[in-house]
Amino acid sequence: MIYIAILTVAMLIAGLAAYFFRDLIAAVVACAAVSLIASVLFYLLQAPDVAMAEAAIGAGLTTAIFVIAIRKTGRYEK
Amino acid sequence: MRAFVSFSVLALIVVGLALSLSHVPFGKDRMQVANYYLDHGVADTGATNLVTAVVLNYRALDTLGEVTVLFIASLGLGVFLSWPKKKEGTQEEGKRELPEASLIVRRGSQFLFPLIILFGGYIFLHGHLTPGGGFQGGSVIASAFLLMFLGNNAYRLRHTPLTVTESLAGITFVVVGLIGLGVGGYFLNNFLPKGSMFSLFSAGVIPILYSAIGLKVGAELSGIVANMFESRSER
Repeated sequence: MIYIAILTVAMLIAGLAAYFFRDLIAAVVACAAVSLIASVLFYLLQAPDVAMAEAAIGAGLTTAIFVIAIRKTGRYEK
Repeated sequence: MRAFVSFSVLALIVVGLALSLSHVPFGKDRMQVANYYLDHGVADTGATNLVTAVVLNYRALDTLGEVTVLFIASLGLGVFLSWPKKKEGTQEEGKRELPEASLIVRRGSQFLFPLIILFGGYIFLHGHLTPGGGFQGGSVIASAFLLMFLGNNAYRLRHTPLTVTESLAGITFVVVGLIGLGVGGYFLNNFLPKGSMFSLFSAGVIPILYSAIGLKVGAELSGIVANMFESRSER
């Protein structure tokens, strides 16, 4: 139970960091951290199917697609 | 006039919601469907993973819709990225190449590629026995292609095999559903024998459907990644 509380707080911090970063690459990495923690939380809450999907899509593919899109447009928030 | 129309539409929605929600008894135990799945799911479908039993047996039509949504998203991205842009400036932009990755990264990604593909295939083939399934396995396969794109500069994916795989998988899903309609009387009926529990060839049509979904999702997500890498840059 205490692990779930710690992970939830860490997820909240990572989400706020993603909002406040001006560097978009850093923001995307913070979003990936949110997805990764969400995946661990799903696993702890006994939903391994969702945890696998979240780890593969949320933390892996989405991050890569965002990074490619940022590389092709602009890195800093205007 | 416009304010009146929007207000009346809003009032209609509020009244409709209130009327339909007034029949729902709040605070009572309404989880009869979930309890039915927990009690009868394994016997009904032969799938020991109850999530798969719900996704591909009780709610298989919704899964077809989900696959269609992913297909439309991939199609939209492909159309958007291949939109003709203005020509000037793209030639010298395209020639600016990234430095080649180191030997360890290149060989490491090439070594890991078949293993990740194998793992993705394992996930969707055993979707009815262990956690995971077509969507998870497909995204693992797509992450293998992503690794190849990241590790090798010159890596290009041929789009024709991807499109053929995706189309064949989609056709397989619908044809299996239509055979179920012909044999058992409703779409996506589980018409094959259930087999013995915990064996790979069990649970009727669920392994076939999940393999089709795995290949389709893998091809679609790989196509999205390839489109992103191959698209011309804005600046």
